[in-house]
Amino acid sequence: MLPLKEKDKPVVQKLLSSGCCARCVLRFCCVLVQSLYRQPGEDESEEGTRTATEQSDDPPKKRMKLDDGLKGSEASAGSGDAEAPPAPALSHCVVCLGVLQEYCSRDHARKVAEAVKTEDYHFETILLSVSLPAQLCVREHSCWLHVKKEMREKVMTRVKDDIVPLKEAFKWSVQGLIATELGGVYLGDEPCSLQLFDFVSILWHYVCSCSDVFLLVHNVEIVSYCPPHGFRHYPTPPGRPTSICTSQAIQCLHTSIYVAGRYNKYSRSLSQTPWIIDGRRMMESSVEELIAEPLASSFRSKGFNFSSSGREDVDVRTLGKGRPFAMEMLNPHRYRFTKMEMKKIQETINTSSDKIAVRDLQIVTRECMGHMKEGEEEKTKSYTALVWTQKPIEKDDIIFLDDIKELTLDQKTPLRVLHRRALAVRQRVIHSMNASFRDPHHFYLRLKTQAGTYIKEFVHGDFGRTKPNLCQLLKMDTDILELDVEVGNCGTSYFQKGNPGKSTGSMTRIVQLGLDFSGDFPRLDVENVIFFFSFQKTRLKQYT
Amino acid sequence: MDCKEEIDLSAPGPSVIERYFTRWYKADVKGQACEDHCILQHSNRLCVLTLAETHPILQDGRTIKNINYKISNGCSRLNNKVAGKSKRGGQFLTEFAPVCRITCTDETEYTIYSCMRGRLLEVNEDILINTSLLLKKPSTDGYIAVILPKFEESKLVGENLLSREDFEAVVSKRAADVQAQPS
Repeated sequence: MLPLKEKDKPVVQKLLSSGCCARCVLRFCCVLVQSLYRQPGEDESEEGTRTATEQSDDPPKKRMKLDDGLKGSEASAGSGDAEAPPAPALSHCVVCLGVLQEYCSRDHARKVAEAVKTEDYHFETILLSVSLPAQLCVREHSCWLHVKKEMREKVMTRVKDDIVPLKEAFKWSVQGLIATELGGVYLGDEPCSLQLFDFVSILWHYVCSCSDVFLLVHNVEIVSYCPPHGFRHYPTPPGRPTSICTSQAIQCLHTSIYVAGRYNKYSRSLSQTPWIIDGRRMMESSVEELIAEPLASSFRSKGFNFSSSGREDVDVRTLGKGRPFAMEMLNPHRYRFTKMEMKKIQETINTSSDKIAVRDLQIVTRECMGHMKEGEEEKTKSYTALVWTQKPIEKDDIIFLDDIKELTLDQKTPLRVLHRRALAVRQRVIHSMNASFRDPHHFYLRLKTQAGTYIKEFVHGDFGRTKPNLCQLLKMDTDILELDVEVGNCGTSYFQKGNPGKSTGSMTRIVQLGLDFSGDFPRLDVENVIFFFSFQKTRLKQYT
Repeated sequence: MDCKEEIDLSAPGPSVIERYFTRWYKADVKGQACEDHCILQHSNRLCVLTLAETHPILQDGRTIKNINYKISNGCSRLNNKVAGKSKRGGQFLTEFAPVCRITCTDETEYTIYSCMRGRLLEVNEDILINTSLLLKKPSTDGYIAVILPKFEESKLVGENLLSREDFEAVVSKRAADVQAQPS
């Protein structure tokens, strides 16, 4: 049943005579039943007849298009209103310029579906979004004023906000069709309630340069706040369009997939991110590129964002369990991977280069990216340094270092980073040390320190700006030749069984993430594929 | 630590200064004989102002009585404060801006000059407490100041200064001149 009431009749009449299409009429009458927008269907015409007259004894009309149905019902209503212009069967709607007409057809949906299929995405859900040219909101406002003007005497309880937005009506009309064509489920109408998924709202661009619209309105709000008398430069009802919009290329965007793991760095000449100065690449590759390449080809994604829990210098190796990292794969064409497949990708990464190795590679949720950086200050790091001494030493000379516990350092910002960091004094604690003699001028020093300690500066003193330093402790000049880091473990797993994605207060450290990488991460159940539809205006010679 | 890569440890490698810094010298600053300064420029353009080994303070077993960063009534280098990543607020120095005045126990006085244009980031306050640092380790712990040149001028620091080889040439010429003088 078309829920049109008696009082809507004059409105419907007015709109039809101005040249509105059926769906726009429904919108102006605040019809919220989504299914009615969906078909230019045969049943609708019968409903239209019945409801418009609210007389059930009206003989069902022949199967007609919705437009004719309404118009037909008007004529048969016998309102005596001579003003029932024989509008042409399918003219361009003056309000939506064809958006709610030809673009809601099954054919068009099929075209859209084809375009999506060629991109070859794997998906389960779709979401549509629309952006319209400013012109349409001008037209709608004008139409509303037109209707409002005539109805001033009658009871007109509706305000402009009650009118069903064009975007919504379009989505109601078209979503189902596209979903059927693509064989996927579509989301409901309240995207904000689905906080698990981040989807992109697309701007569906309609461009239209109808000559009768000379107003350049960039902001929709300007139109809504514009008082009626200010709207005098534009005709009410809006003028007939000379052309409608057509569809352009279709863009699809998948929500990002997040992959996490731990990496080891075995090279002393590998930066974490690409090192480029003035457009020139200073170093061959980088940790993030080596990890991202196999991932990008498996997920078929073009871009990525790399985030890790801390980083190391170019000339420092990362040993032990490895440093946690998370990678956001942008616009992946494929998102479902089994554990075996992830293992396979991990192997590919490991065999592709001997400079890095990855472990515990798995798909995770979006929150992980944020958790990477949390708790950095509270971590403990283990380092191994190869120290050179100026004077010859013996085994016994360095034994005392093992007994030094909780040594507090005052470190001024090292000169080597002072150009890009603020000048400050940082207090850092070395929890313990362990020295192993190698030869009269070298020994290995293992340290357990607070996160953020500059080890190199502790060893060579940095012009005396780190106090106390190893030179002072040993009473001779020392220098650091090599450094390795092992990222520490601390505490229990972040993701507990049965609490997927929940953080338990202070236990939101990504380091803990690494401890229970046995598939306890919540899996993404439903993915969104977002479609971009952009329409472009063409001059329509003849509507068929 | 398992040594996967064997590095050559037989000879001492380059020191911190040699790895990261370029040495620039200014000889006979302000016409004063032998008052040579050395600027260590890091690869990231920061400069450290130090005394060259040939400076009179470091000769003849002198000891330092006093180091004064207050160079005039209105200006003390100790008041220098920089804030933030861009080091706002640092005193701007030109080539002949005095940085500190050093008085030795034999009553000789020396002024140390900036030798370069840039923003003063910090002065070494440790040498105020422990003057022997300046005498024993003039190139490292006994540095005078850290100066940041403007980004555009960072490559020009060495333009008016002598490279290591040129400086050594100057020094050897000095020695030759001294020898040539009739005793």
